[in-house]
Amino acid sequence: MVQDQLTTPPGEAAATGSTGGADLSLVSVTKRFTDFTAVDGLDLTIPAGSFFALLGPSGCGKTTTLRMVAGLEQPTSGKITIGGRDITGTSAHERPVNTVFQNYALFPHMSVLDNVAFGLKRRRVRGAEEQAKAALELVELGHLAARRPGQLSGGQQQRVALARAVVNRPAVLLLDEPLGALDMKLRRQMQVELKKIQTEVGLTFVHVTHDQEEAMTMADTVAVMNGGKVEQMGAPRDLYELPRTAFVANFLGKSNLIAGTVAEDRGDAVVVDAGGHRLAVRKDRAAVHQGPVLVGIRPEKLTMLWPADAPAPEANLLHGRVLDTSFTGVSTEYLVQVPGVGTLGVFCQNHGQQPARPGDDVVLAWDTGHAFGLGGDQDSTAGAAGEDGP
Amino acid sequence: MNVLAAPAKPAGGPGAAEKAGGKTLQRRRGRTGYLLILPGFIFMLLFFVLPVFSLLATSLYTKPPGADIGQFAPALEFGNYAVVLGSYWPELLRSFAFALVATAAALLIGYPMAYLVAVRLRGRKLLQGILLVLIIAPFFTSFILRTQAWKQILADEGPVVPVLRALSLLPADGRLTATAFAVVCGLTYNFLPFMTLPIYANLERLDTRLIEAGSDLYASGFTTFRTVTLPLSMPGVIAGTLLTFIPASGDYVNAALLGNNRDTTMIGQVIDSRFFRVVDYPGAAALSFILMLAILVLVTAYVRRFGTKELI
Ligand SMILES: Nc1ncnc2c1ncn2[C@@H]1O[C@H](COP(=O)(O)OP(=O)(O)O)[C@@H](O)[C@H]1O
Ligand SMILES: [Mg+2]
Repeated sequence: MVQDQLTTPPGEAAATGSTGGADLSLVSVTKRFTDFTAVDGLDLTIPAGSFFALLGPSGCGKTTTLRMVAGLEQPTSGKITIGGRDITGTSAHERPVNTVFQNYALFPHMSVLDNVAFGLKRRRVRGAEEQAKAALELVELGHLAARRPGQLSGGQQQRVALARAVVNRPAVLLLDEPLGALDMKLRRQMQVELKKIQTEVGLTFVHVTHDQEEAMTMADTVAVMNGGKVEQMGAPRDLYELPRTAFVANFLGKSNLIAGTVAEDRGDAVVVDAGGHRLAVRKDRAAVHQGPVLVGIRPEKLTMLWPADAPAPEANLLHGRVLDTSFTGVSTEYLVQVPGVGTLGVFCQNHGQQPARPGDDVVLAWDTGHAFGLGGDQDSTAGAAGEDGP
Repeated sequence: MNVLAAPAKPAGGPGAAEKAGGKTLQRRRGRTGYLLILPGFIFMLLFFVLPVFSLLATSLYTKPPGADIGQFAPALEFGNYAVVLGSYWPELLRSFAFALVATAAALLIGYPMAYLVAVRLRGRKLLQGILLVLIIAPFFTSFILRTQAWKQILADEGPVVPVLRALSLLPADGRLTATAFAVVCGLTYNFLPFMTLPIYANLERLDTRLIEAGSDLYASGFTTFRTVTLPLSMPGVIAGTLLTFIPASGDYVNAALLGNNRDTTMIGQVIDSRFFRVVDYPGAAALSFILMLAILVLVTAYVRRFGTKELI
C-alpha cells in the first residue's frame, strides 16, 4: 500500500532507469590521497535489489568507497558502473544514487517535509510533496512533517535521512554507518526496520558498518574490508563458517587459530601437526594443503569433556586446563590452556551440566567438519577485538 | 548579529513563552544576567540614549529675533523638520540610493571572497590567514588617504578611463572623477570589509557536508548554492549588508572627495555644512534625526522581510 504510493510515476522511472535498483560494480577502483592509499584496487559486484554490507574496522576505506560511488570523490583509477552504465567521472548530482550520511546531513533551515521532498523537487517530479509525505509515513514520521530537523531526536533524524534518500527510489542507496549514533536498543530496532523497508521498496542497499553483528543480521551479502581491500565476500553464514583469512576469522565473531604444519595428506583431509597434537582439516575447508597453516575452530564448536569421558586418543582431541570461566546466562565462556598450542576460548551452552572450574583438567573435542584451514603466513591475531577491531 | 537582528523581533516574540516557565531558576539566572549587562547599559545610557534626547531637543530649538550666529533658545519648533526636509529631501534620497548600490556591489564582491576563503580554502590555514589579512589591509592606511587614491585610479590619465573609452563604454570625452560612479566606487571599497567579514564568519561555520548532501540529492552546484548555502548564510549576509548600508548612507567623506557639488551631494555633507559652516544647529540636528529614523524604518522593514525566522 505504502509502497504503491512511493512508486515513481512511469515516465520518471524510465528517465532515471531506477526501478527496483540496478547492479553496481566497481572494477579495480583505487583512491589515493596525497600520501595514503585509502582504497586499493577494489573489485565489487553488487546485484540489483540486494542488501549488501561493507564491513570493516574504522579507517579501512568504507566511507571513501561510498563517496566514490556517490560521486563525492573521484577514484584515482578504476571504473564504477551502475546497471552497466559507466558513471566514473560524472558528478554527484547526475548519478541515480542517494546517500544516508553518517551524520545525516539534514538541511537545518528546511522543514522535515522539505528535506524529504528536496531530491524530487530538484528533478521536477510531479506530486513531490505527496510522495515525500508517503515516504515519511513509511518511516512513521508523518506527524512530524512540519518540524525542523533540530527539533527531532537522533533516531527520528536518522529516519528522516532514510526517507529523504529512499523517496527518490535511487538505483543504489548508500548508507554510511546510519545507525552508528544511536543507542543499542534503538539500533537493534532500526536494524529490523531498515531491513523491512529495504524488502518493501526493493532497492539495492549498500550498508557500511563496522559492527559485524549488524552486517550479519541485515545483509544478504557481506564484504569484509581491511586496509582498502576486500578480504572476503559472501553470505553471512558462509563467511562465518568458512573464513578465508585470519582477519575475517577474528573480525567476524571469535576464532581459535592454532598454528601448525601439514604433516600428512589423507586424500580428502590434511592432518596438521600443532605442538605435537594432530588436528584434521577437510581439504575443501583448507586454504592451503601443505606447509604452515593456521587451524581455526570457533569457540562454540568446541565440546568440553571430562578426561574420563574422552574417546580414545586420535586427531582433534586437546588436553588442557581451565584458566578462567565467565557465566553469561545462556552459556559459559571458558579459557582453556593447552600445552604446546596456547589458550583457547570455549563457549558451552547452558544445559544445566556441572560447570568446570579454574584448574580443572578438561579435554576439548570437535567435529572435523567444523575446523577450517588458513594460510600459515598470517598474523593469527589480525582483526581480533582489542587489536585493530572496532 | 543578535544585537543587529533585535529590531526584527517583536516584544512578545519567540522568547516570550520560555520566559514564563521555570520561574525560580530563571529568575536567579536573570539577576546575574542583569548584573553582567549593567556596564553596557550604563554606557549606552550615557553615550547613546542621552545624546539622542539632547539631539532631539536641539532639533526643536529656535533662533530668537536678533540673536547672534550660533545662539538658539530651547523651544518646540517642529517647523525645523519641515524646513530641512523641504530643502534637502533630494540629498536624503540620493544618500540611500548610493548606499543601496554600494551595498549591493559590496555584496557581489564580498560574498565570493568570503566563500573562497571560508569554504574553498577550508583547512588551508596559512592561505586563509594571508587572504584575511589582505581583506583587512586597507584599514591599515587612513580612510582619507585610500579614498584620495580612488581619485588617481579614476582620473582621466588613470588605468580605468582609457580602457572604458577604448571599449566605447565611456564617450570619448567622458570622465569618471567627480561623478556619482566615483562616489559609489569609494563607498563600496571603503565598506567592503564590513560586508566580507560577517559573511566569512558565517560561512566559516557552514557544514560542507550539507553541500555534499545537496549534490547527492540532484542539485547542481548553483542550485545547491541557492537552496542550501545562501539561505544558511543569511545571518552573515544580513549583518554585512547592515554594517555596510547604515554607515554608507550617513557617509560624507567619499562624496566630498570623489563627488562634485552638483549631483552627488549626500546627506552627511549637508549635515556637516549645516553644523560647521552655516552654524544651524537645529537644522543639522533635525536632519540627523530624520536620517536616523529613516535608517531605522528601512532596516526594520529589511530584517522583517529577510529576517531571522527562517534561520537557525
Ligand atoms: N580527504 C582525505 N585526505 C586524506 N586522507 C583521507 C581523506 N579521507 C579519508 N582519508 C583517509 O583514508 C582512510 C579511510 O578513510 P574512510 O574511508 O573514512 O574510512 P572508514 O569509513 O572505513 O572509517 C583513513 O585512514 C583516512 O584517514
Ligand atoms: Mg566512515
